[in-house]
Amino acid sequence: MEFFRFNHNIPFMRWRRAGAVISIVTFALSVFFITTKGLNLGVDFTGGTVLEVSYNQAADLEKVRGVLTDLGMSDASVQNFGTSREVLIRLPIKPEVSSAQLSETVMSALRQADSSVEMKRVEFVGPQVGAELLENGALALLFVSLGIVAYLAVRFEWKFGVSGIIANLHDVVIIVGCFAFFQWEFSLTVLAAILAILGYSVNESVVIFDRIRENFRKYRKASITEVIDSAITETMSRTIITHGSTQMVVIAMLLFGGEVLHYFALALTIGILFGIYSSIMVGSSIIMLLGVKREDLVKIEKKPLENDGAVV
Amino acid sequence: MNRYALWQYLIIAVSLLLGLLYTLPNFYGESPAVQISPLRTSASTDTALLQRVEDALKQANLGTDGMLLEEGSIKVRFADTETQIKAKDLLESTLGNDYITALNLLPNSPQWLTDLGALPMYLGLDLRGGVHFMLAVDMEGAHEKSLDRYSADIRGKLREQKISYAGLEKQAKKLTLKFRDAESRTKAEAELKSNYPDLGFKEENVDSRYHLVATIKSEALARMQESAVLQNITTLRNRVNELGVAEPIIQKAGTDRVIVQLPGVQDTAKAKDILGRTATLEVRMVDDEHDLDAALQGKVPAGTELYEERGGSPVLVKKQVLLTGEHITDAQSGFDKDNQPAVHLNLDNGGSRIFKQLTRDNVGKRMAILLIEKNKAEVITAPVIREEIGGGRVQISGRMTSREARDVALLLRAGALAAPMDIIEERTVGPSLGAENIARGYNSTLYGFLGVAIFIAIYYTAFGMISVVALAMNLLLLVGLLSIMQATLTLPGMAALALTVGMAIDANVLINERIRDELRAGASPQLAIHAGFERAFGTIVDSNITTLIAGIALFAFGSGPVKGFAVVLCLGIMTSVFTATFVSRGMVNLIYGNRRLDHVPIGKIWIPEQNKTNQRTALARSKASEESIDIQNRVTKQLEAKTEVIQQADLDVQAESSERKPGKAKNKRKSSDTKQPKAD
Repeated sequence: MEFFRFNHNIPFMRWRRAGAVISIVTFALSVFFITTKGLNLGVDFTGGTVLEVSYNQAADLEKVRGVLTDLGMSDASVQNFGTSREVLIRLPIKPEVSSAQLSETVMSALRQADSSVEMKRVEFVGPQVGAELLENGALALLFVSLGIVAYLAVRFEWKFGVSGIIANLHDVVIIVGCFAFFQWEFSLTVLAAILAILGYSVNESVVIFDRIRENFRKYRKASITEVIDSAITETMSRTIITHGSTQMVVIAMLLFGGEVLHYFALALTIGILFGIYSSIMVGSSIIMLLGVKREDLVKIEKKPLENDGAVV
Repeated sequence: MNRYALWQYLIIAVSLLLGLLYTLPNFYGESPAVQISPLRTSASTDTALLQRVEDALKQANLGTDGMLLEEGSIKVRFADTETQIKAKDLLESTLGNDYITALNLLPNSPQWLTDLGALPMYLGLDLRGGVHFMLAVDMEGAHEKSLDRYSADIRGKLREQKISYAGLEKQAKKLTLKFRDAESRTKAEAELKSNYPDLGFKEENVDSRYHLVATIKSEALARMQESAVLQNITTLRNRVNELGVAEPIIQKAGTDRVIVQLPGVQDTAKAKDILGRTATLEVRMVDDEHDLDAALQGKVPAGTELYEERGGSPVLVKKQVLLTGEHITDAQSGFDKDNQPAVHLNLDNGGSRIFKQLTRDNVGKRMAILLIEKNKAEVITAPVIREEIGGGRVQISGRMTSREARDVALLLRAGALAAPMDIIEERTVGPSLGAENIARGYNSTLYGFLGVAIFIAIYYTAFGMISVVALAMNLLLLVGLLSIMQATLTLPGMAALALTVGMAIDANVLINERIRDELRAGASPQLAIHAGFERAFGTIVDSNITTLIAGIALFAFGSGPVKGFAVVLCLGIMTSVFTATFVSRGMVNLIYGNRRLDHVPIGKIWIPEQNKTNQRTALARSKASEESIDIQNRVTKQLEAKTEVIQQADLDVQAESSERKPGKAKNKRKSSDTKQPKAD
């Protein structure tokens, strides 16, 4: 079985103008939504208290809200979580009440209103912790980006490092943009998913770059566009199969992973889909834009060939 | 060419065996148990205690699934949680205060596995249920507190040395001592400097008054912070022990934080209550000179505070602290001679001395014993001092119930916190959610794996099956490795496990696509397999290193559950490179290496139009080179034969298009070289 049967190279680079328009538009939209709508940051980053409780029958959200209002917590958000029996209550930070008391007060009030209520989860994050987690997240993103650029620059050439990271940060911005647009909850696990997907999508660029280098050597007379097109065409099959496989696992997570893994899997899904697009269109277009030359790679390649050269 | 030496197969076999062995304990599950460990060193766990436990359980008709005595504690297994809880209550009342009786879960894996050190992974709180707290030590508070202590000490010292001073004030993290003349200031400075090396002194003259300003030196402050955190950890550990938690984790995080994890704790309210309480005791004098009524009107005299004594009546208390709870070595609840509930305290040497002096100096006056919890002070009792009390044995009684007496004793015994602490993060997971989370993580991994396996097996046929086996082994090795490391598995960790399956298949896809590429270009089956593995290797390593960079960053900057995700991700990358390249190669070599292949069972390969013409020549070429290797295999006992073959190969290459010549020639020579040792 073979999915992809290309007799000729697909002229990806001919479409790079269209690609640039798509990228710039989605990127701009993402930035627009991030700045105007903002992210629906989870309790991990904002600080506050989250209570997950479950009832025997479908929960009466109005009643729960009533109980909270009686406690003077009318600013609490109450919603169903997963099933209709489960309720998620979010309480903003209150400097005058300690966290320990807060969740206990709420639980005992809920228990009074309906004795079948069961506490499933309480998360309290203090404001300073939230700020730190956000800061650490940003640091991790920076570290990963620099690490990848440095690695690609050493292994290939700086132009590849720069294009690889731009292509993949473009994905990150779009994932974050989606989270802003749909106001999905942006939690610590989503951030972990984004960083994992950043590393994973760069794989894609690496595979294509590897093939570009190889084809520079193989097709001595071909133009740069032809070399890039051939590299992308030849790796197309692998790209789709790999991403398809990863997506299958992610779908399993969406189906069986419950609410906690839901947004994690969603971030991965967007990352995987855009990862394919960006490493084909964005990464390769940028190396062309940066004016990649045969000498950039073939020169570096001379040395290693002597030592570990290809075998057959 | 597609052959492995025996040692290579052995490595695969051994890693498979180890993987199986260490993964195995995770499948046996856990059974409820009660763990009994001594609270005090005086109480010992021995066979006598084991006998006591056994008898007690037998009397109550509670059947056990086995008992064991190890590492100074007794563990008793039960068939279900109901019996477990009954047994816990029973043992708690039978054994009394000297032992901690805690609910626990014990792995069910057979003894021989345990003896081998094969233990199941440790489940994180989100999978087993429990409480996680992060507490921050209030360093400002600690600073204040130690200044208070210094001010009491300095007063005592100056009085002892008969140096007169006009006053001592604490403000803005410094103590200001006021003197009437320069002479006594000089004397005091010399005296204090030699006694308190941690304090820095500075002379100041304000309005013809002679001031001496004392501050805590910064290095002393740093040391104090360190020891405050350590003392708090000790205190927390004592308190947690009182709670009866089987495997608590209490550890320092950063400079001023403490993480407390209490797996399996269901009564979170009590846990928070006990942990969050920063009870400490203070002994101060009651101010009976000033007017209490005026104070009640709002005119509280300087240097005093208004409190309510337990039971009702207000009382004016001087601010100066004479003795703090740090000097308490033991506290027990009991009854006084009037049969009123009381708390009996034992003081250390320093405390006894201070208390003796204090009672001697203040006979006939009232002293106040304050219990301070979470910045709220309460006067427990304000008795009149009738006589000097020596020996460091103090009894506190005053309008409290025996339950309150027990609570106060527990808090005082568990020790005071060196500095106040606040809960800055809390994650509580109920036990039912923990079980759900395990199912979620397990199902995601299982169905994700099945989906990928079916697809890959259909798409790449026999080679796909090999990839699937390698993928399964990857999972096995990963879980085995995590078990060996006794890593903590969390829900994000399980997500990473599932994700590893999805990402690890990439390496196999790369290899299989490469083999197809080689076949498409006209390589013979054995050559195509060989080249496919060799050429894909560089790409596999390159692409996995970038994911590894992300994993390392997550580990370095992530916290709690994200760290668990990062650990699994990083290990998964390493095991996947091993299984995809080395193990699947081994399987291919074992199955296809030793025979002539007409085609590679890697699915039907489609060959593009333009390549078909090239292919004929390419096929001839690869045939020639394979033959040359075969010839070589047969005849390369002598060196001459080898050079001849290479020459022949070079000649072949020259006939080809100039475009491919250099690389191919090199490749051929290379393969002849690598072949050489084996032929010998």
